[in-house]
Amino acid sequence: MSNIPENLRYSKDHEWVEVEGDVASIGITDYAQHSLGDVVYIDMPRVGDKLSAHEAFGSVESVKAVSEIFLPVAGEIVEVNDGLNDAPEAVNNDPYSAGWMVKVKMDNPGEADAMLSAVEYEEYLSASA
Amino acid sequence: MTDENLKRTPLNGVHRELGGRMVDFGGWDMPVQYPAGVIEEHMRTRTAAGLFDVSHMGEIWVDGPDAISFVNRLTTNDVNQLVDGQAHYSALTRENGGVVDDLLVYKFADDKLLLVVNAGTSEKDWDWITSHKTDEDNLHLSNACGDFCQIAIQGPNAVGIVQKLTETDLSAIKYYHFEEGWVDGVECIISRTGYTGEDGFEVYADPRYAIQLWNKILETGNYGSDGGILPCGLAARNTLRLESAMSLYGHELGDDITPLEANLGWITKLQKGDFIGSDVLARQKESGLTRKLAGFEMTEPGIARDGYDVYIGDEKVGTVTSGSPAPFLKKNIGLAFLPPDFANFGQEIRIDVRGKQLSAKIVPTPFYKRQK
Repeated sequence: MSNIPENLRYSKDHEWVEVEGDVASIGITDYAQHSLGDVVYIDMPRVGDKLSAHEAFGSVESVKAVSEIFLPVAGEIVEVNDGLNDAPEAVNNDPYSAGWMVKVKMDNPGEADAMLSAVEYEEYLSASA
Repeated sequence: MTDENLKRTPLNGVHRELGGRMVDFGGWDMPVQYPAGVIEEHMRTRTAAGLFDVSHMGEIWVDGPDAISFVNRLTTNDVNQLVDGQAHYSALTRENGGVVDDLLVYKFADDKLLLVVNAGTSEKDWDWITSHKTDEDNLHLSNACGDFCQIAIQGPNAVGIVQKLTETDLSAIKYYHFEEGWVDGVECIISRTGYTGEDGFEVYADPRYAIQLWNKILETGNYGSDGGILPCGLAARNTLRLESAMSLYGHELGDDITPLEANLGWITKLQKGDFIGSDVLARQKESGLTRKLAGFEMTEPGIARDGYDVYIGDEKVGTVTSGSPAPFLKKNIGLAFLPPDFANFGQEIRIDVRGKQLSAKIVPTPFYKRQK
């Protein structure tokens, strides 16, 4: 069973969001990292990039495949996790903490509230299984 | 999730018990990886031992006085050069010089050969081979795809592990040779071949004994301990063969790709006499290739994948046939068909990685060569 922390919000593209004020930390879920397999490279946006909701902000590459990652909420990239350049495996080992990817200053902080709750995401996973 | 229409090897249930993630591979339900993951499986095969279920591969017996001349007429390598107990890599060619499939030819005797072909092409191969048998060919073909399980044990510890299970002196079996013997009391063909670039064996046996052999080899190889043997899925099989620059049918080889273009001149014996497509291949050798397979490594961050376009300047010059991270080399590598003028070592190329042109350079292959 996938690990789905209760305090986060989720997208149907398997990203998670943790909100602090108007800044959202974003990464991919345990389910997503498990599906991808060993992550070896993450192509990230630059700080200052402004993106709309559901726009691809980068890609996650595993040995077998590449998968785009989508920004669940519109905003400006204010920080990227440079640690993943040297340790991309953190996305596999610790997807909700060390494996965070970007922080976004949200254009509309309410946007995150409209995302799936942990319970809803779990239901979504079991429905699509 | 199981698909009733997929074919299964006798080890299907074992893969599931081991936590293998099953995928549809050319109509077969096969493990792409186990819980250790592709990188660990790859590394363990390079440093200790890996175990692979390759029972999906197809086998065809060619029996009779004309076995050698028949197979020589259909394949590029020279079967006359094989001694009993020896195998070679070869290709079944079409009239246009393209490749129906790549295969291993095992010589048991002058009148007994075993062809081992790819899983996804085995029906096509069977149709091709049987349709080229004439009334003059004094031989019998039998499709033995269901008669074998095939287990590959690969890596520096492979010989030691298998030796504990057999009285056959494995040190006497040279690379690309085989013996019939017993492994854990099971009658087997023990073949010193593989698809990983490592030393090791491919063991063929009655499928009824597949689970016994698989479990016994895992146990003998200390599966579960640090540095013990690991079961490996198709993902590791692919990265291991790519580091060793071995061709994969459907990628580096195909109906419209000749063996010469795919760097398989070493198995294309034009002097042996006529074989299907040999006239086309001889002309191609004479007039020079318009494209050839070359190895590259990325020189900036990013991973080239199968099918990506290769550019020099603004001009598209070729296509990536296989591209992947190389877990042992810790580089991103690939193979691509390029005009020969652009296939020289050190040549800089650019690869279109989903809209971004990233730099790479042509390097010698194999990318990885084991220390002997």
